[in-house]
Amino acid sequence: MSLEILTFSFMHRALISGVAIAILCSVIGLFLVLRRYSLFGDAIAHSSFGGIALGLMAGVYPLWTAYGVSIVSALIITKIKEKYDISGDAAIAVLLSSGIAVGLVIVGISGGFTIDIFSFLFGSILLVSVNETILILSLTGIILIVVLLLYRQLLYSTFNEEQAKVSGIPVEKINYLIVFMAGLTVVTSIQLVGVLLISALFVIPNVTAIMYGKGFKTTAILSISFSIFSVVTGILISYVFDITPAGTIVLLSIGLFGGTMGIKSMGLLSKN
Amino acid sequence: MLSVVEIEHLTVQYPDVKALDDVSFTVKKGDFLGIIGPNGAGKSTLFASMLGLHTKYKGTIKFFGKDIRKSKDYLKEIGYVPQKPIFEKNFPATVNDVVRMGLRKESDANKIDEILQQLWIHELSKKRIGELSGGQQQRVFIAKALVNNPKLLILDEPVTGIDQQSIDLFYSILRELNSKQKITIIWSSHDLDAVNQLANHVACLNRTLFFHGESDEFFENDELVKQYSEASMQEHMHHH
Repeated sequence: MSLEILTFSFMHRALISGVAIAILCSVIGLFLVLRRYSLFGDAIAHSSFGGIALGLMAGVYPLWTAYGVSIVSALIITKIKEKYDISGDAAIAVLLSSGIAVGLVIVGISGGFTIDIFSFLFGSILLVSVNETILILSLTGIILIVVLLLYRQLLYSTFNEEQAKVSGIPVEKINYLIVFMAGLTVVTSIQLVGVLLISALFVIPNVTAIMYGKGFKTTAILSISFSIFSVVTGILISYVFDITPAGTIVLLSIGLFGGTMGIKSMGLLSKN
Repeated sequence: MLSVVEIEHLTVQYPDVKALDDVSFTVKKGDFLGIIGPNGAGKSTLFASMLGLHTKYKGTIKFFGKDIRKSKDYLKEIGYVPQKPIFEKNFPATVNDVVRMGLRKESDANKIDEILQQLWIHELSKKRIGELSGGQQQRVFIAKALVNNPKLLILDEPVTGIDQQSIDLFYSILRELNSKQKITIIWSSHDLDAVNQLANHVACLNRTLFFHGESDEFFENDELVKQYSEASMQEHMHHH
């Protein structure tokens, strides 16, 4: 692999944004996975498709409308789930299909699929602009600060909601906060892997890290490391071999998952 | 003597059944109250109401002199140990992580170590919670309840499914917390012998409160003891 590619400024932006998104998805994804909400990222991403189509039709920067639509629909579905006692997976299914349905109808009205829509479906990290990089870094910074400040409350309400409530933690507010942060994270990450593969970044590095049998902080650090490795290596390999970055990144993280399962089944992962 | 808990005319009506009917009692500072009654007697409803998890009740519940409908601050002063804590078996949290979860500020690390030692789980602190036995997990949750310096401990039948050795250790810990550290304890149990040994007050609950008073007074009343041991036994057999 030639080192020349590391001198391109688009590659700098792609790698910097990619690393930020990798960290963000690992951290938010860990809480979602542990809450048995693994597919929630997928559902928000699909609903953002409706937002993207809306933005493209209205001539607005599509990610802005995607942020709006995703966050609002994620909060609404959480409220509905709470109020009508619908199970998490059913709520996710409703959110997922309504986003795609709205998107398809809007795309139909505005004249069919275009190259823009494909770049949102499958990601376009090599095309990320300076402004988008700044936006990605700022959101990553803000969300990570919030997570660090509320780390123990987030962890406790994820571990056992009832006990957290009894210890005086405002669990409902924390739940909405997680959903809100997940919405921001998903739309921010669309540029890296696209709408269709987002849940891979949320879920795979985390389930891999959990298999190592460590405590919470070590698990989070492992997950972030796996994620950064997949994203950086994926972007570089995909450029050199001219293949899609999104698919490469996800396949690399699946490789790490498979490798970890292999190590574990050989009994090489000791229990502490 | 200061009242820690005052419950007045507590009634909880579910759609098909009245779970609690006009229950009133008071718990004073330093009391060790054992609540006994068969399954379905309303103990869980009583605890859920006291802990603010169930809010559709009639009557008044006061902690430390204040109505719990007005403020949830009282929750910071109590430690709660659930019957069987539910969590994902593979949850990536060590004993250390679990004990520190939800703490508002970094507690004194020495104090946490001391509590872990007192409960004989110090050596397990780096193990994942899911790898421990039921008895060990139960002690972790007591440790967790103690790190906030609670004035009151509430324990919901906390020995269900735990081996006898762990139960004995658990009882000696409770006795010490109450007698040496003067922590008020409210404890629901099926085990009349244990209540006899540990508690200084007894409440018999079966939808309504049939008895509330000194432990000696209860255990001298053969009729009540017979009724409650039979009721518990029947429920126990039925349960299995």
